[in-house]
Amino acid sequence: MKRIIKLTINGKTIEAAVSSNQTLLQFLREDMDLTGTKHGCGLGDCGACTVILDGKAVNSCLVLAVQADGSEILTIEGLAEDGKLHPLQQAFVDKGAIQCGFCTPGMILSAKALLDEKPNPSELEIRTAISGNLCRCTGYQKIVEAIGEAAEVVRMREES
Amino acid sequence: MSDYQVLNTRAPRVDGPAKATGQAKYTDDFKIPGMLYASILQSPVAHARILHIDASKARKLTGVKAVVTAREAGLIKYGVSPARYDETLFAHDKVRYVGDEIAAVAASDQDIAQEALSLIKVDYEELPAVFDMFEAMKEGAPQIHDEFPGNMNAEVHQEFGDTEAALRSCDLVVDHTFINKRQDAAFIEPHSCLAVFDHSGRLTLYTSTQVPHYVMRTVAMTLQIPVGNVRVIKPYVGGGFGPKCEATPLEMSCGLLSKVTGQPVKMTYSREQVFLHSRARHQFYAEMSLGVMKDGTMVALKNKAVLDGGAYTSFGIATVYYSGSLLGGPYKLKTMKYDGYRVYTNKPACGAQRGHGGVAHRACFEQLIDMTAEKLGIDPIDMRLKNIMTTGDITVNELDMSSLGMKECIEAIRSGSDWNNKKGKLPKGKGIGMACGFFVSGAGYPIYRSDTYHSTVVIKLSEDGGVANVMTGSAEIGQGSDTTMAMIAAETLGIKLKDVQVHSGDTDYSVDLGAYSSRQTLMTGHATKEAAEQVKSQIASHLSEELNVPVSSITFADGIVKFDGGPGNFEKLRSSYIKEHRGWMDPPTGEYLTFREAARMAYLKAGTIVGTGKYKPPRLGGSYKGAAVGTSPAYGCSAQIVEVTVDLETGQITIDRMTDAHDCGLAINRTSVEGQMQGSLSMGLGECLFEEVKFDSRGRVLNPSLGEYKIPTALDMPKVKSIIVESSEPNGPYGAKEVGEGAIMPTIPAILNAIYDATGVRVNELPATSERLFMALKDKSEAV
Repeated sequence: MKRIIKLTINGKTIEAAVSSNQTLLQFLREDMDLTGTKHGCGLGDCGACTVILDGKAVNSCLVLAVQADGSEILTIEGLAEDGKLHPLQQAFVDKGAIQCGFCTPGMILSAKALLDEKPNPSELEIRTAISGNLCRCTGYQKIVEAIGEAAEVVRMREES
Repeated sequence: MSDYQVLNTRAPRVDGPAKATGQAKYTDDFKIPGMLYASILQSPVAHARILHIDASKARKLTGVKAVVTAREAGLIKYGVSPARYDETLFAHDKVRYVGDEIAAVAASDQDIAQEALSLIKVDYEELPAVFDMFEAMKEGAPQIHDEFPGNMNAEVHQEFGDTEAALRSCDLVVDHTFINKRQDAAFIEPHSCLAVFDHSGRLTLYTSTQVPHYVMRTVAMTLQIPVGNVRVIKPYVGGGFGPKCEATPLEMSCGLLSKVTGQPVKMTYSREQVFLHSRARHQFYAEMSLGVMKDGTMVALKNKAVLDGGAYTSFGIATVYYSGSLLGGPYKLKTMKYDGYRVYTNKPACGAQRGHGGVAHRACFEQLIDMTAEKLGIDPIDMRLKNIMTTGDITVNELDMSSLGMKECIEAIRSGSDWNNKKGKLPKGKGIGMACGFFVSGAGYPIYRSDTYHSTVVIKLSEDGGVANVMTGSAEIGQGSDTTMAMIAAETLGIKLKDVQVHSGDTDYSVDLGAYSSRQTLMTGHATKEAAEQVKSQIASHLSEELNVPVSSITFADGIVKFDGGPGNFEKLRSSYIKEHRGWMDPPTGEYLTFREAARMAYLKAGTIVGTGKYKPPRLGGSYKGAAVGTSPAYGCSAQIVEVTVDLETGQITIDRMTDAHDCGLAINRTSVEGQMQGSLSMGLGECLFEEVKFDSRGRVLNPSLGEYKIPTALDMPKVKSIIVESSEPNGPYGAKEVGEGAIMPTIPAILNAIYDATGVRVNELPATSERLFMALKDKSEAV
């Protein structure tokens, strides 16, 4: 049984027929070819599939595509603007916050949701915001530093 | 600071932007028209005879394109080391663990493949199973492989000097036993493979692996395809840490199914299947005695190991050797004895994982040193410094420490953590502990006996001279090897980092044994450097001829060419370059000849400019049995200090701070070195405090998910101070050596020594959960 859903992905309105048991993750990866959203566990444990749904970071493997009907979704592919990296992306690159990169899209989107809500987070708030995103490579230190630096860049940009 | 233009900096990773934007493709991200989806049927029982397999219903299901079992796959045995090939792609007579592979299906979609698996009927005759390594060694235990009576997969006995006599001559002998738990690598990307068998009989595998070269060889052997017709391409890989160091049933199944159907076939493991495939850290039991003199001089070490191997060998032979050989340093011992046993059990096979074979035994040994120091009334740091090896020392088992900044690492953490003001001065419940360790910079020998080069590299210049393409079979798995090779190539050629493009992870590009044993920087680095030198010397000789200047007068740095340190006379080259590239952007400018112009001129004279490099280590190590395992052209080393707070009422452990120093020789990329150090610490912290793959009484994994198998989150990691120590390694390219694995060696014992300092309780079984520590604290208070 397929159902028609209408939603906005990375600023573009999409209308698509989806199976009722299809997850948002499957829909993004398989139907939309947005493979920047990663499948790490399918159980909501690892956070690699994190996207921003109506302003909130969610595990897209735990959301059904039909539940996303009418919502606005941001995936990692929608973050850079005019070919220019978002300050979070730039800070992740500059600070060495990326190793294998598999957790990176989800990690950056969890950080984005945090900064949208709290432009000046403490280290503990940063660590808490990404505590649902597992990284086996970095030990998190450089990720935490990168998010802190990006927060500063975003704040300065908004002030100016 | 160094004189290098590119090396020793904090250059951002070359793959950073692709990974930050989601553009980086991992295997499961690929889709090819006509692609089929595959799944593997795995045994639900731990030990059973297979009486009959009936796949007829599955074959009839609409959408199923092929079902393969041992009948189609054949019974060619494979494994990691040819000395112990004990696996076939599919089980045919017996299954030996829950998860053993029986059949694979390819279908037009994933749901149909899954349904087809449920239609395959397998009749089993269950056999008694054994899940504990000590039970497996007992007489009368169920036999897992007929060829290996007593379930003894491998035994090692090595002795250097007369250890018993030496122990008798010591003033003090201290004993310790230690046991860890099976760890999972928990890389975030599950294994995935896409196989394309084409009409010319060529098999191309896109696969999530650390070792394209070994996968190519194993798949060619098991599927009986000429090795020259197998190409393995490794897209971006989401972490490996060891278990992706060998060919998997997933890769062989996809290859076979693609060959049978003539269509591309993709399969990705579920997270549960990652746990079932395992090949991760063994459970190790360690029993040790250390003999010392009153002044703290170490004399003799006796070491016994028992390893729970699971149902197959995987990397296990090397593992059981490493548990002995990697204790030879970094302390000067006069004698050492090692007895190691790797035992089969009815569980998923264990293999290589970060710090291969050495981690648990290092944990035991470094606790033992602290226990000994305490009895002698010596500070643990002073005890270690008294016995420490330095550059040029050779271990009792003949490992050559051609550079060793161990002492510098210890001094760095002592001051970096303010040890002198903390040790023995902290309040109850707070503790500080330290430990050391070392690791190979690349295994001295390949897994199969061969005179092969360990790494070859091709560097090819673009025809305009503007880009150096580094082509290598090496495996970027997140550790940063592509960036390292780009930096080495740029430095050697004397060009900017942005003008190097690395093409890696493809067996068609070059020979490279892959990303294991911390070998890429040293070995692929050597080959990259040699290839770049060759390119440079070709350009220099053409320049010399063209401009009539001696080769010795020409130098390359930062994208420009100098003649006797000055601009020289190159006008005709510039005008001809500009003429040839009229209308192009970015014409060469400035007072010096650019590398681009020089390289273009060389191309016009000689055709495409290509340089090749190669590396294999010289003959290393002693001549005793097993001497090869543990050899390396160089050794990295680490020292760490951990500070903890323990709630003495509940046993809850909080890691407050970690101070870490690692000697990696010249740090090619300082940011990447710190990244490896910090990542190692977090993996060690997880293994120490909470990671454990658990089984039920029938051999089923109880916690095959990242929710129930806990790895450290951002909230579990303390602030880490990372200190890079740079000795100059004569056998490394530009003096560089490893960091990816040596850095994990001290973590567990440093934590455990800190816990002891805080509580007076020695934890000798991992993980050091609050429950375990609480019970130990209770036992201690009851004993008093």
